Amino acid sequence: MAEEVVLLDFWPSLFGMRSRIALAEKGIKYEYKEEDLRNKSALLLQMNPVHKKIPVLIHNGKPVCESLIQVQYIDEVWHDKAPLLPSDPYQKATVRFWADYIDKKIYDLGSRVWKTKGEEQATAKKEFIESLKLIEKELGDKPYFGGESFGYVDVAFIPFYSWFYDYEKCGNFSIEAECPKLIAWAKRCMQKESVAKSLPDQQKVYDFILQMKKHFGIE
Amino acid sequence: MAVVELFGTWFSPYAYRVIWALKLKGISYEYIEEDIRNKSPLLLQYNPIHKKVPVLVHDGKPICKSTVILQYIDEIWPQNPLLPADPYDRAVALFWIKFADDKVYLMSKLYQADGEEQRAAVKEWLEMLEVMEEHALIGGKKFFGGDEINMVDIAFSFVAHWLGVLEDVVGLEIFEPHKFPRVSSWIQNFKSIPLIKENLPDADKMSAFSKHGREMMLASKSN
Repeated sequence: MAEEVVLLDFWPSLFGMRSRIALAEKGIKYEYKEEDLRNKSALLLQMNPVHKKIPVLIHNGKPVCESLIQVQYIDEVWHDKAPLLPSDPYQKATVRFWADYIDKKIYDLGSRVWKTKGEEQATAKKEFIESLKLIEKELGDKPYFGGESFGYVDVAFIPFYSWFYDYEKCGNFSIEAECPKLIAWAKRCMQKESVAKSLPDQQKVYDFILQMKKHFGIE
Repeated sequence: MAVVELFGTWFSPYAYRVIWALKLKGISYEYIEEDIRNKSPLLLQYNPIHKKVPVLVHDGKPICKSTVILQYIDEIWPQNPLLPADPYDRAVALFWIKFADDKVYLMSKLYQADGEEQRAAVKEWLEMLEVMEEHALIGGKKFFGGDEINMVDIAFSFVAHWLGVLEDVVGLEIFEPHKFPRVSSWIQNFKSIPLIKENLPDADKMSAFSKHGREMMLASKSN
């Protein structure tokens, strides 16, 4: 049966990048559709009526929403190549825990670093660096979070690398100085074609954020 | 034989999710009650990052976060599956579980709010209930899991029992059954299941406990 895969996405989205990477890891041919979030397509509104957000993975006409759910779905359906989740239930629980930590803590704190200023930003920056150090500790001396091979937590977290320059410029700090192992890990991931072609350029992301900040009067 | 321990608190909707899952699977476990104002060294050792309940400890290995625990339980003990076997149906179920999980914060948001904040919290509650009514419970099913409850029903349980207690504590009626007939039916069906009915924290006890806590919290807010 011909597989029809469509990804509704927005180029700087950390979440969209996860699905791009997972699809590339599995070698899946798909149609990428760029959404204008100020003018969402009828397709997006139909496929994600609850949140009206990207990314949306549409497989043979049926939508899968939420990036981590998409990654897990992709891993299950195209299970014969490049496994992303471990097979052991306890290890699965561990990777799910860390993916949740990335979404709940790291993402929120990172957002606050670029969206706020003054005292609020100083607090956010401190907590953000702490959260990065915690996840760096989890990485340890492994080449990837998945151990010898690139896995679920790597997919969940590597998109943030495209935003590091933005966090650093807005927060006035160096992630490499604070977390050198994380940067080494990120550069290792960027050697992979699936990652390199899925992440936008850091400068491009920063320029986009500057525009957003102007638009929302954040500066 | 592997030992299963569950760290929880008597009123936590998150802890109850795990209790029901273990009971549905027929798994024996030892329950350890935690005092959240005085957390045990063991809890802090097992969940150093979040320092929260529930924590499931299986054979000495801790698993944290209720939705992570539920999926672990479902994978280790496959009897009475709590998620669909089909990958697409499973992705849909996980979507609703995440949706429910992302809304549990509305409990504390409403609990802590007064005045304008309270009006905003109530509005968010109603929006959530509308999504449940219009999108989640379509198809005329008895439960999210079909004829039997599954992980999605378990995830939404805070609406079935804890919301009623919260309404009593803040003195507001948020859930009007006639406005949400599908949700209302689901709540009645869910709470009729013997395993659920027999394993719920006492509403009056929770109400008294929460009312007291809320009074103290609001008083310190205005000082």
